[in-house]
Amino acid sequence: MTAAASAAAGVLALALLPFALSAFHVGVATEILIFALLAMSIDVLAGFAGRTPLCHGAIFGTSTYVVILSAHAIPLPLAMLAGIGAAGLLALLFGVIAVRTSGVYFLLLTLALGLIVWGVCLRWTAVTGGENGVRGDLRQGWLADARALYWLVLAAGTVLAAAMWRLVRSPFGLTLRGIKDSPTRMQALGHDVARHLLLAFVASGLFAGAAGALYALYNDFVSPTTVALPQSVEGLLMAIAGGVGTLFGALAGAALLIGLELFVSAWTERWPTVLGLTAILLMIVAPEGLVGKAGAIMGSRRSTGGIR
Amino acid sequence: MNRRTLLLAGAGGLAAPALVRAQGTGPIRIGLLAPLTGVVASGGREIVEGFQMYWESVGKRAGGREVETTVEDDASNPDTALQKARRLVEQANVHFLFGNLLANTGLAVANYVRNTGTPYFIPVIAADDLTQRSRIPNVVRVAGYSASQFSRPMADWAFKQGWRRVATVSQDYTFGHEQCGGFTQKFTELGGRVTQQFWHPLNTADFSPYLGQLANAGVDAVFAMETGADATRLIQQYNSFGLKRRIPLMGSMNATDQSVIRTMGTEAEGVVSVAHFAEGSTNPATQAFVAEYEKRHQKLPSLYGFSHYSGALWVAEALKKVEGRAEDRDALLKAVRETELAGSPLGETVRLDGYGNPVYTAYVRRVERNARGQLWNVPIATYPNVDQFWSYEAEAYMRQPSYSRSFQGVR
Amino acid sequence: MLGFQLLNGFTFAALLFVVASGFTLIFGLLRIVNLSHGALYLLGGYVALAVSGWTGQFAAGVLAAMAAVALAGLALDQGLLRFVRGYELRQVLLTVGVAFVLNDLALVVWGGDTFTVPTPEALTGATEVLGVFYPTFRLFVLAAGALVFMLLSLLIHRTRLGALIRAGVDDAEMVAATGIDIRRVFLGTFMLGSALAGLGGALGGAFLSLYPGADAEILVFSLAVVIIGGRGSLLGAALGALLIGLLNTFGQVWFPELAYFVVFGPMALLLAFRPFGLFGRPA
Repeated sequence: MTAAASAAAGVLALALLPFALSAFHVGVATEILIFALLAMSIDVLAGFAGRTPLCHGAIFGTSTYVVILSAHAIPLPLAMLAGIGAAGLLALLFGVIAVRTSGVYFLLLTLALGLIVWGVCLRWTAVTGGENGVRGDLRQGWLADARALYWLVLAAGTVLAAAMWRLVRSPFGLTLRGIKDSPTRMQALGHDVARHLLLAFVASGLFAGAAGALYALYNDFVSPTTVALPQSVEGLLMAIAGGVGTLFGALAGAALLIGLELFVSAWTERWPTVLGLTAILLMIVAPEGLVGKAGAIMGSRRSTGGIR
Repeated sequence: MNRRTLLLAGAGGLAAPALVRAQGTGPIRIGLLAPLTGVVASGGREIVEGFQMYWESVGKRAGGREVETTVEDDASNPDTALQKARRLVEQANVHFLFGNLLANTGLAVANYVRNTGTPYFIPVIAADDLTQRSRIPNVVRVAGYSASQFSRPMADWAFKQGWRRVATVSQDYTFGHEQCGGFTQKFTELGGRVTQQFWHPLNTADFSPYLGQLANAGVDAVFAMETGADATRLIQQYNSFGLKRRIPLMGSMNATDQSVIRTMGTEAEGVVSVAHFAEGSTNPATQAFVAEYEKRHQKLPSLYGFSHYSGALWVAEALKKVEGRAEDRDALLKAVRETELAGSPLGETVRLDGYGNPVYTAYVRRVERNARGQLWNVPIATYPNVDQFWSYEAEAYMRQPSYSRSFQGVR
Repeated sequence: MLGFQLLNGFTFAALLFVVASGFTLIFGLLRIVNLSHGALYLLGGYVALAVSGWTGQFAAGVLAAMAAVALAGLALDQGLLRFVRGYELRQVLLTVGVAFVLNDLALVVWGGDTFTVPTPEALTGATEVLGVFYPTFRLFVLAAGALVFMLLSLLIHRTRLGALIRAGVDDAEMVAATGIDIRRVFLGTFMLGSALAGLGGALGGAFLSLYPGADAEILVFSLAVVIIGGRGSLLGAALGALLIGLLNTFGQVWFPELAYFVVFGPMALLLAFRPFGLFGRPA
């Protein structure tokens, strides 16, 4: 089967999923799709440009805020575009500061930048409602139906995932991989490394923003926790759990973490411990992620090595 | 025992007529949302304790049916609260929801049940507008209070002490804006002046910058609207900077709640606040509740535990009226709204006003040490019939804007 | 009034320095961004609370906190981090996991109530400085912060271990090539950095209180301090702590609406010009 055919089969299977699930589980599946998009947007930077960010929760949530706030004034599709645009602008701003660094410093810097967004959302009460957040009224008409929303998210997600796939396989994406492996060599070859990284950062931010806009539809509510650090950490963990550099592994990562939370919290209140242990185990046992690990075990493909 | 006999044993007795009506088979399912992890985890624990304590005291039955409670952790996070509420309503098929502690979690869940119609009872979520300007028919504040309800009698009491200039210091979010608004509006209407208002972010580590300004503000008293760790820190630092000896400190009801003062020392003694519940009251009903709570949980009850015990009692009374038909949402909500609760630990009959918020006797309370050396709140003055509008006419009052940083009702 | 607010800024800065100095030592030498540093701080605070409660001695609580957290650091380094040695990002994310677990554990053991570490009689009350009465304990924290700075400076600049640490910050491989067992230097530094988190927890537990979430608050401030100061720089951490402490104080006084922004805004501005902080260099 060709890659395109297996991708089509996968999407078809996902499209049929709601017929097998209760409304509640359709909601969970919707959430998984949205967070898989967030994790993929992180993977574009982490897996293909070698820059691991901890600010994508903030970028994602900024879009959610903008969508919910502006939907009071403008039509929903425009509001969603505004959200994605805001996320792109924010990513541009962050990128300008962060792309000069790499490795752990990049991580730390993006973490700090994300914190600023969180602080602003918490404090700018006149606009963001502060701690209490903002209620939306987006789930009107056909959007109120859980299955309809799922299909919308799936359709949008398929297009976005395909776009990310194209991006990382384009000449631009190949240059990024070159930068990941050896920035100095790429510089010597005449590539403007900083500009490439900045563009990658903005592209990644736009995708995270699209995920955030979909989250606005799903959650119909936003508060500072949506832009807080744990959101960025979870997004990154999903990308890693799936397999950094595998792009679509993010779906497995998101399903693992959200599914785990759903089922574990029915058994115990100690969800933070389970999440923490999962992170520790992932780093020690399977830093190449589920998809990477499976590929390595079956020998069908070289392990990507995952996060370093 | 096989599954069938187990069911029969559980549903036996009074449940039989309910089975005949073909409506109300099986237990009444309640979803309780409480923060068991995160910043306010201790309050969440007490929500569960108070709630379960009531149901255990009546053998987990109401209106002739068995009652089954599913507890979900909202993690002190509105997104999680929303996710868990969905799960309780859509998957566990609960008949109604209860709980939440932080306003943001409560508002998120309220926004969700607005569309599902699930009854949602909120003994701790105090946001004024949930029972004022933006009421949701299926959200009822049983055994709860609205944020600005008790800070008005606080202002009246302060004025009677001869204090004319007061500064407020408060957490910068709706709950704080509303409590301070109630205080400020009443105090300025009486002829006092609120000279300064300090708004600080939640979880302010260091209060010293504010304390320095308060020391030089030339005020007769300070009103502090604080919850949780901020309350502990403010009271502690107010004392260590020597302000306590110079300027009397009034707290919001949460600032001197058991959940705050039980780990504190002399620095909390003498702080005054207003609430409907005072664990140091000599009222026999209150003392019986406090003794029972302490026996079970080795600590004095906080507002969280008390409110959820009373809230459970309230809804149980209503379930009795509708003969356990929790499925009939409209009948249940109507019964809850009409219930006049006589047996609550407050030792007075409590009812809801026309907008779904309870009317109470309010107590001015002072933190004192009891015979066993524990700190608790002892009533020193009483205001009967305090509802969420108090001296204002409800409709006229609601035409003024909601309290916010910029609108504090100053006259 | 200005003197009073300056004292507020300095005393808060002193606490931040104690916590952040441990962070920056570990970051500087081991290249580990230890995001469980806040959780170690909280753990130290709880240990100080328990031990000073049992013994009635604040000093015993402080020492126990430092020892217990140093041991926790040992366990973390030898038990977990050894499996991801050399992988910088895996180390960071592993410490995030550790932070989740430690905080949840603390919630189980100590419950979620707010606790304050009791201080000795001699350090409670107020002392007159610069014409104002100021809480004695905060002055003690200021002195403790200054002492930690001096001791660490002596250690780094006057001892053999310090020389190794300085060399290691610049080029760990080169030090290892000289035949010195750099691993033991690394482990010692990790434990020292952890002990400083424990010390911070004991001091902060008395001055800012302990509760679930206190770890994240202090971690955020420490990150800002280290980012401003630059990786591994003690002087940078001191200046960063002073800057953040003063910004936090005067920001709250002058621009109360922008409290967080006043702390993190200047940090972002600085980063735009010096992405590696005041004294940091690219790794």
